[in-house]
Amino acid sequence: MEAFCARAAAAAQAGAPWFFNPCLVIDEAPRWATGVGITVALTALALMLGFMVALPLAFIRTQRHRVFDPLVRGYVYVFRGSPLLVQLFLIYYGLAQFGFVRDSILWPFLRDAWWCALIAFTLNSAAYQTEILRGALEATPKGDREAAVALGMSPWLAARRILIPAALRRALPQMGNEAVFMLHGTAIASVITIQDILGVGRMINGRYYVVYEGLLSAAALYMALTGLVVLAVRALEKRYLRHLYR
Amino acid sequence: MKRIALAAALVAFALPAAAQDLKICVEGAYPPFSQVTNAGDLEGFDIDIANALCAEMGKTCEMVQTEWDAIIPALEGGKCDAIVASMSITPERMQRIDFSAKYYQTPAKFAAAEGVDWTDDDAGMAGKTVCVQRGSIHQGYMEAVFPSAVLSLYPTQDETYLDLTSGRCDAIMADSIAIQDGFLNTSDGKGYAFFGGDHAVPQYHGEGAGIGVRKSDPDLRDALSAAIAAIRASGAYKTINDTYFPFDIYGD
Amino acid sequence: MNSLAGAAPLLLQGLWVTISVAVLALALATLLGALSAAAKIGGGPVARGAAAAYTTVIRGIPDLVTMLIVYFAGQRLINGLAQSVGLEGIEISLYGAGVLSIGFIYGAYMTETFRGAYLAIPRGQLEAATALGLSRRRTLLRVIAPQLMRFALPGYANIWQVLVKSTAVVSVIGLADLVGLALKIGRRERDPFTYLIVVLIAYLLITSVSGWLFQRAERRLARGT
Repeated sequence: MEAFCARAAAAAQAGAPWFFNPCLVIDEAPRWATGVGITVALTALALMLGFMVALPLAFIRTQRHRVFDPLVRGYVYVFRGSPLLVQLFLIYYGLAQFGFVRDSILWPFLRDAWWCALIAFTLNSAAYQTEILRGALEATPKGDREAAVALGMSPWLAARRILIPAALRRALPQMGNEAVFMLHGTAIASVITIQDILGVGRMINGRYYVVYEGLLSAAALYMALTGLVVLAVRALEKRYLRHLYR
Repeated sequence: MKRIALAAALVAFALPAAAQDLKICVEGAYPPFSQVTNAGDLEGFDIDIANALCAEMGKTCEMVQTEWDAIIPALEGGKCDAIVASMSITPERMQRIDFSAKYYQTPAKFAAAEGVDWTDDDAGMAGKTVCVQRGSIHQGYMEAVFPSAVLSLYPTQDETYLDLTSGRCDAIMADSIAIQDGFLNTSDGKGYAFFGGDHAVPQYHGEGAGIGVRKSDPDLRDALSAAIAAIRASGAYKTINDTYFPFDIYGD
Repeated sequence: MNSLAGAAPLLLQGLWVTISVAVLALALATLLGALSAAAKIGGGPVARGAAAAYTTVIRGIPDLVTMLIVYFAGQRLINGLAQSVGLEGIEISLYGAGVLSIGFIYGAYMTETFRGAYLAIPRGQLEAATALGLSRRRTLLRVIAPQLMRFALPGYANIWQVLVKSTAVVSVIGLADLVGLALKIGRRERDPFTYLIVVLIAYLLITSVSGWLFQRAERRLARGT
């Protein structure tokens, strides 16, 4: 094993332009593990927090509340119509320039790249999830709603037991897509110094003066994670959308 | 018509290597050694030295602005023939590329808000966020000698100054001249100062900044070393040095 | 405010870069998507496998990673291959890398759009075309293409919206697009917020106008149905 790595290092020094040294990648396994942890944590938290924000917003949209609905529509329009990178930069670079931000109680959070990233990703994901959930809620068959009223359920109970579970089922494929997009979106966090998968990959490239080892390994890790998410979503679809499978 | 459009598109994407004698990789994000003016031109100590050396060697040179992360692969891949980017001559880099003789040597220092009373050793910097440029000797030095500090890595040196002033970094570590002229002497640097002493450990900081060349290019290396000695002797080096710095940064 | 007005020409340049990269990348993506969809529909096992590998790999990797690979690794590979043959090697410009990588990425998404649109054409029409003795070329031009465009348009419009937003990532490899320029100027003026807001509004305008144009196109193509 060592002999192989020594030969690999020697070949790399010779500067062969299509050489890939796997030993380099394996040696940095602890850093990769931390990177994966950060990517997964950012993705999962952004999705979950985004969901918690999106669900009430989706209801506001379906009820067409006079005051709040336009506000939600505006929020969704801005966050879906602009790049995630710009949103991230606004929160990370833009907010930090204001004195009143630096003096506020939010500063310990906004000062930290991790929190800035989480806030940006959560706001972005919540906007997309609001639309997904709204579509799913509005697709509720009228019969379901009428049955809930006929049974004497309060709106809150009807929402909790009937509307939301059914909407989640309907939204599953699109939510799966959103999960994959969020996973890919977190790669941008490396631009503001976060050592996620891509951050580790670029750091390795810079450290050892290589090009392939860092980037291709990062790509492979993202592909593996994407595959896992797709498999998980498919399993959920098999379970909860069983009635749609012939 | 379609063929013209296709040809135009191809030209836009692929710039065949021009017939210059020498292509030199520079960074463009490391004032006062290497920076880009508002008009988009490269300027700085590194640029001036590179032009002086080319004149001395009687060759025409083209500056290729390259990202720091990819500058050594760019050299190895043939994108350029020499690196003039304040790159320190370290044993680690000597394994991949060759260096000419040094063309300057200055120590590294910490900088932070004026009046901090931290000691610049591992215990004193424990838990503090120190910002350095990714892939620089300062990253290696910090990781080895200051493991208790929290390291934040940036793609360029410029960005560390920004985050120091915004409060994200407690301190930065970099070349003392770069910090002095690129930050402390500017309006952004008001209220910030060096603390602690010089840091110059050959194992991490190397033997000064040299010009990187491919290992397969010993003639170019020797020609560059000779040119450096020549401009030192002829006074061209002094002229350039004095434009930027109040003292001779060649070191001894 | 003055500096904003002064920076306007530079920002407009950045806007031009952003839009031109997006449009060229869309053209490349359309081409790749069409080829790949054709391979998936009517190709042999090798073609189908290659198309499947293409779409799976690209859709499994973040845009930014693909872009970095095309720019850094692609350059090194090309130089290496060229060197081994004794040539000088082509230099991939930042602009070229941006267009190539974005085009490459969204070509994979276009594949599914085109494939789905083709499968949505009623089989009976294709059989009728054969029965009427229409040549393959005629069938393609008169029967398949118009309907394919109509069915693919919503997906195509959607991909365009995502593509346009992903051009912002080109700034990470250093291309002087709208985002990159706004950051550079914003930092210099110590006011990144203002310039980033300008960029935000610019993108909102682009996506809104695009959305409106595509809606009109959809309505036009659906005329008579």
